[in-house]
Amino acid sequence: MKTDFLMLKRFLAQSLAAFTLALFASIAGAQALKSDVPTIDIKNGTASATPITVVPFSYEGAALPPETNVDEVIGTDLNRCGQFRVLPKESVVERPAHGNEIKFPTWNMLKQAYIVVGRQIETGNGGEVRVEFELWDVAQQKQMLGLAISGQRTGMRDVAHQIADLVYEKITGVRGAFWTRIAYIVSTGLGNNISYALMVADSDGYNPQTVVRSHEPLLSPAWSPDGRKLAYVSFERGNSSIYIQEISTGAREVISSAKGINGAPAFSPDGSKLAMTLSYGGNPDIYVMDLATRHTTQLTKHFAIDTEAAWMPDGQSLIFLSDRSGKPQLYQTSANGGGDATRITFQGEYNANPSISYDGKRIAMVQGSGNVYRIAVLDRASGETKAISPGSLDDHPSFAPNASMILYAATEGSRDVLWAVSTNANVRQRLLLADGDVREPTWSPYRQRGQ
Amino acid sequence: MKLPVRVLLTAAVASATLVACSSNKPKPQPPVTQTGTDTMTDRNTNNGGKYTVESLDTDSCLRQRVVYFDFDHSEIKPEFQAQIACHASYLRQFPGARVTLEGNADERGTREYNLGLGERRGNAVSSALGSSGASSSQLNVVSYGEERPTCKDHNEGCWQKNRRVEIVYTSKQ
Repeated sequence: MKTDFLMLKRFLAQSLAAFTLALFASIAGAQALKSDVPTIDIKNGTASATPITVVPFSYEGAALPPETNVDEVIGTDLNRCGQFRVLPKESVVERPAHGNEIKFPTWNMLKQAYIVVGRQIETGNGGEVRVEFELWDVAQQKQMLGLAISGQRTGMRDVAHQIADLVYEKITGVRGAFWTRIAYIVSTGLGNNISYALMVADSDGYNPQTVVRSHEPLLSPAWSPDGRKLAYVSFERGNSSIYIQEISTGAREVISSAKGINGAPAFSPDGSKLAMTLSYGGNPDIYVMDLATRHTTQLTKHFAIDTEAAWMPDGQSLIFLSDRSGKPQLYQTSANGGGDATRITFQGEYNANPSISYDGKRIAMVQGSGNVYRIAVLDRASGETKAISPGSLDDHPSFAPNASMILYAATEGSRDVLWAVSTNANVRQRLLLADGDVREPTWSPYRQRGQ
Repeated sequence: MKLPVRVLLTAAVASATLVACSSNKPKPQPPVTQTGTDTMTDRNTNNGGKYTVESLDTDSCLRQRVVYFDFDHSEIKPEFQAQIACHASYLRQFPGARVTLEGNADERGTREYNLGLGERRGNAVSSALGSSGASSSQLNVVSYGEERPTCKDHNEGCWQKNRRVEIVYTSKQ
């Protein structure tokens, strides 16, 4: 809890610094097409979630209000993380815009724990809109937050996600992760007409932009810890190669193009190293490259398939997949290359594709049994594994940077689609992003302002 | 004798969908029904430099360019030994010929693991060709994992078509 408190203090300080910060959406030029708008299906009940009301925000200005419905975006964010139950709009009987207009008996009667009110104000400074908002504790009739974030009219989704993050953090004590991004692969067509794209979008699937497009397979996107670069695997040179590409400029370089497999890139937590799978030695093993010197160290040396390395948050060890016991299972090994690998999964016949929570306490993975592949979460302390997706061909889990949600890919009929599931498994949301198969969702680190 | 011949013919029919392998991408085509070519005879008479470059298009054994595998396995099944043997024989006869062995996996399991599995299958075909006399400089393995399916149905009928190594001639002589 102490860590959470420190995080809270730190982020509140950042939030205050952003009090009147104008935000310019860096990807404003890539507005979502209508067909790219995600479909949100809340599947399960959220009886245990905290009830909260987000009152529709008022608007003051001469021009038309921004297209984005800020309060709706905030409400959807809070709903989909599984920890909140947002009062449906039709039940919002009163519409206070300021804290002093809130009639608390009304919201008490509606059994609301918290209420968010706000207003959007045209500042007269270009297309800028200032969004002022307040979070109130209903039972105590006490203000918990009163802040303002400014942004361009076209960047109101960014503003809304940041407000949702602040509300989430104030109530839960954990930094919010709604204002983040996701990377994923889209493939369309079959056979000679197949084409692949590496995409980046907001965490809710809006504002998709193409990072790279190819007629040869693209896979395994991995974020740099500063969120500015992606490592990925491309077959455009005929064989698999690992690239690192800067998202904003498109500048990229080949990191590894050795004989055999060049796969599964993963940045170390400090961004200085890249773990990867190389098979030039005869079979796939885990290697770590120092990105400054390009010096490569071999971490595993086994005739089995060793791949899908993921760094522990302290950077001291990695979790990876190996089928050295016959079937894929997860192992842990030191980042320095010394010592043996220790097996860490024992339940299930097939455990693969580890994604590690920020505190290192939970590992999300693909768990296979027969022809059914589900997303499961391993609790390191208890050793217990819990399935959080229904299957049957679920793949590629990726934790949100605050571990509140997990993204994964699922096969539905002839299509691959993305789902976001709350880590408590209470809420699942389908992100219908584009035509074709959408897969390998990879959650970005926390976003830095100006990014 | 009856059983092996039938199995070989089945393999010939299955791989006939991928005969035109000048492109390195699988071309989905409706299965072609072949009538009784005696592949055993062809194989047995082609040991003494009898192939020509055209044999790649005309010889019923050399026209088989796909080796199929069991789920999560990379052992070459007995019914593909004849196919391996005739390609090894061709490679021995034409030292300038080069093949890329494209390893593939079905959609089950994770993508990076399937890259490893595809490579394992490619390596299995590569060593089988090598031990039958092909030179290692003629053999190149590329794994596509599950990234290049020939079909996308979620059943064994489709999965078994995707668990494969395609023998692609990048140089014929």
